[in-house]
Amino acid sequence: MRINLRTLSIASVVMIAASLALVFFYAPLDADQGFIQKIFYLHVPLAIVALSGFVIGGLHAIRHLHTGDRLHDARSYVSIHLSVIFGVGVLLTGAIWAKASWGKWWVWDEPTLVSFLIVFLLYATYYPFRYAIEDPERQARYASVFAITAGAFVPLNFLAVRLAENLVHPRVLATAEGGMPAKMWLTFLVSISGMALLWATLVRFELTAKSASAQLARLRRALEPGRPERRAPVPARAAPTIAGGAE
Amino acid sequence: MPALPLDEAGKYVAGAYVVFVALILIYVAIMAAKLQRIERELRDLAGIAERRGETDD
Repeated sequence: MRINLRTLSIASVVMIAASLALVFFYAPLDADQGFIQKIFYLHVPLAIVALSGFVIGGLHAIRHLHTGDRLHDARSYVSIHLSVIFGVGVLLTGAIWAKASWGKWWVWDEPTLVSFLIVFLLYATYYPFRYAIEDPERQARYASVFAITAGAFVPLNFLAVRLAENLVHPRVLATAEGGMPAKMWLTFLVSISGMALLWATLVRFELTAKSASAQLARLRRALEPGRPERRAPVPARAAPTIAGGAE
Repeated sequence: MPALPLDEAGKYVAGAYVVFVALILIYVAIMAAKLQRIERELRDLAGIAERRGETDD
């Protein structure tokens, strides 16, 4: 079932509004961190959604290589693109939290931070790698191989960090000491749902814009002066294409 | 490190949420500019198609 953009947008707004209300009026203050812990409800969902988005980009890339359908390449590209943007949010909100909590914007000997930065920088190379290739078919194919390889690296990287011993970064999820109370969990779950919905909405929004752009290019070609009139109509659904520039 | 007092912590929390909102707004603004360009091009193409239709008649 495909949920349309309007429904997704409304669901995102409702969920994010609910999460903000829960964060500031329902979730209790953390005994250790105090009010600063409210950043957790933004920073962690952003990180989880961004990392999941990278994996989703890899899954779309697998489908692209399997079927050859450029629509899956576009989905892979847009998933990665939005996840990189969310990744910027993770780094910035994380730095703000670190400054408030540790007194430093960044700590280099913390595996969680450095590993996320490595993943982020890896995906930052996706754009120059992709647009260095001019041929659209090759560009899409090579970008898919990149997306699959990097997408496989994300969960491996996550596991490696979880196994690391020297951690200053808080471990709230799935820890032996029990983690958060129920009210915090509920707030966190609503926050992560809102963030996931926002990501999905923006992915759909960008794909719709790319599809419109692709349709427009077809129409422009069909209406080129001197071109013989074609009786075949422009298809109602054109696969959005990425080649030719970072749109 | 002990928890920051509310007045000091509030600045950081507000900063984090403002950064997030700004990031999303910048993205939406860039996308809106692209959609405007698509609309402009579509209007031009509609004009070309109409002129062609008139000359065919």
